[in-house]
Amino acid sequence: MKLPTFDYHAPTSLAEAVALLAASEGSARPIAGGQSLMPVMAFRLAQPSALVDLRHVPGLDSIEVLAKEVKIGAMVRWRMIEESRELARVVPVLAAAMEHVAHYQIRNRGTVGGSLAHADPAAEFPALAVACDAVIDVVGSKGARAIKAADLFTGALETCLADDEIITAVRVPVWPKRRRWGFQEFARRRGDFAIAGIVAFYDLDQQGLITQAHIGVFGATDIPRRLPNAEAALNGQEPSEALFETVGDVASGEVNPQSDIHASRDYRRSLVGTLTKRALAQAAK
Amino acid sequence: MTVSFDVNGRKVTVDPAARTTLADCLRHDVGMTGTHVGCEHGVCGACTVIVNGEAVRSCLMLAVQADGAKITTIEGIGAGEELSPLQLAFKKHHGLQCGFCTPGMLTTLHALLSQEPDADEERIRDVLSGNICRCTGYIPIIEAAMEAREAYRAKAGES
Repeated sequence: MKLPTFDYHAPTSLAEAVALLAASEGSARPIAGGQSLMPVMAFRLAQPSALVDLRHVPGLDSIEVLAKEVKIGAMVRWRMIEESRELARVVPVLAAAMEHVAHYQIRNRGTVGGSLAHADPAAEFPALAVACDAVIDVVGSKGARAIKAADLFTGALETCLADDEIITAVRVPVWPKRRRWGFQEFARRRGDFAIAGIVAFYDLDQQGLITQAHIGVFGATDIPRRLPNAEAALNGQEPSEALFETVGDVASGEVNPQSDIHASRDYRRSLVGTLTKRALAQAAK
Repeated sequence: MTVSFDVNGRKVTVDPAARTTLADCLRHDVGMTGTHVGCEHGVCGACTVIVNGEAVRSCLMLAVQADGAKITTIEGIGAGEELSPLQLAFKKHHGLQCGFCTPGMLTTLHALLSQEPDADEERIRDVLSGNICRCTGYIPIIEAAMEAREAYRAKAGES
């Protein structure tokens, strides 16, 4: 369907963008790549009075690798993450997961900030941010604040962002060398929304035992989140097929998925277990 | 809202409404009807055009967002009536039947092979997963793309 009518602004500074959003009293929406917002508007699931385009706002489109963290600007597109060698070196799972994000053409436009703000429960990047303990930088009319990724998402397509707040960057801690990781997603066709997905990583201590286990789930829950019981079952253990089997079962029992047209609750729950096992096996390779 | 961009090497100035997608602007305001509009929500790939060298879905981009951009549509892939090597390969391998998806297939592959002339079959299949074809079963499209790589390699070698 054709888009509903709206006013269009392309401010050249963050302050101006925030002011436009604040003046609209919640009826305007920022637009970055538009790869989620445009379809949502085409379906009339959103009818903003105005779009505040961030494309002329400077300083939002770079990837900066610092000593302890990597700062990814909100307007960084998937293609940039996919191709950033530096990022692949410091947080390898990010680049590797990109092949699962929608399709080629959409990865040329879709952005980090847009995906986080859209908060689709089946999206990859929100889950990566949560699993990697990322921090989201936002700016609004009341000033700047940093939000833990795990606190950003409050429900399916819902975040704790105020109407006049704009995501400016996501900061991801740099990984220790030799961190083990796996990323697994299941969708019926390539590029489709995930029915379930798992991001898993851990370190090995000097005795070869698992430490710092992180398991994040998406698609099977209303918000992306970590699975603390499954993580606890991993920590302190020696990696083995049997252990991963057990942890998969724990993960399965730790989610309470919804049934929908794409998959039943039981199917999704089972999938979470299977994908957890596969992600851990991938990590151990 | 006045917008200027370059379409297939020609400077164009148009005045679309804010809600006009790039796809509709190209078809109705610029008169380039080769860009096909299928699903209008970013799933089918028929409306793919090349913006600043990258394949994008023109139904998921506003015309006003293309201000200052360099755009290549299906009309700009060949040289006038002369088909490009990619188009000739589609013809040879019967990579189309009804032709509705073809502009999106060709623009997507043109962007891909211009950047990655050595793309293997798996890469081509992955990229084309964003373009739906209901006639061919995809096999002849893949065959055409595989054959066209040679021309893109030769072109990459020249520059």
